[in-house]
Amino acid sequence: MNKFKNFIIIFFILFVVWMLLNNSYTSVIIISGLIVSFVVAAVFCSNCNVFTELKLTPKSILYSFVYIVVFLKELVKSNLDVAFRVISPSLPINPGIVEVKTKLKSKMGRLILADTITLTPGTFTVDIHEETLYIHWIDVKSDDINKATKEIVSKFEKYLEVIYG
Amino acid sequence: METLKIIGAIITLIGSIFLFLGALGLLRMPDVYTRIQAGTKASTLGTILSLLGIGMIIPGWYGKIIILIVFVLLTNPVSSHVLARAAHYIGIPLSDKTIVDKLEVVEKLKVDKLKEESPELKTISNFSPQNK
Repeated sequence: MNKFKNFIIIFFILFVVWMLLNNSYTSVIIISGLIVSFVVAAVFCSNCNVFTELKLTPKSILYSFVYIVVFLKELVKSNLDVAFRVISPSLPINPGIVEVKTKLKSKMGRLILADTITLTPGTFTVDIHEETLYIHWIDVKSDDINKATKEIVSKFEKYLEVIYG
Repeated sequence: METLKIIGAIITLIGSIFLFLGALGLLRMPDVYTRIQAGTKASTLGTILSLLGIGMIIPGWYGKIIILIVFVLLTNPVSSHVLARAAHYIGIPLSDKTIVDKLEVVEKLKVDKLKEESPELKTISNFSPQNK
């Protein structure tokens, strides 16, 4: 079952990339894309487990879209925040490396959480040890683990928990 | 058609302003880690906006532009994380403004443990620039 799920997702991603690259919808392109992505997925994904932990329930799919919207909002906020810090003459930074905990169990979930933290306001992941993330924060508000976790991680974790568990 | 082109040009201009601010941040920030912050953050939105603007001027490219945006979003955080990780591991100091560094303690323990376990590492570290 897991093998089939991985195969379907890889096949789907390959086909979407093919269609976006070609940018035309003639039957020749679609059929050759279907065949090639089927063969590539079947040959190279006979025992891959990248997407095994991804849940495919209606709730998780809905949460994925909500997550993308939340992420884009935070991305714009983060860029404006850093741009503001760069142009203000006094350079208002207050940096430090803090420790936060995550509740996520799956590797893929942790990877996406770390990537999201890197792309959002004034924070980026320096290191991960098991469930502890070390985060460089450009404007440290609190070096307490619980407060920092609430400030940085919680807003993304509640969606990723549903999507990856 | 003309208005779409003008809107695309304006969006590309806003994107290039963000890219410029990212470059300015690289000059103004005091240490490696805050420079990585400026380099990653401001340049992500700059690149995305520039690409979207180009997509509006030439609509046929939209598919490829979406692929490029996804690629930037996937690779940008990974590369900045690896740079920061390597910088901290070889001991590049943080700026004077830094308040806390929780990673330092953990890392020191790990390095000491490694040195105890393997004698070869001890001899290698004698040649490191800090010991000379």
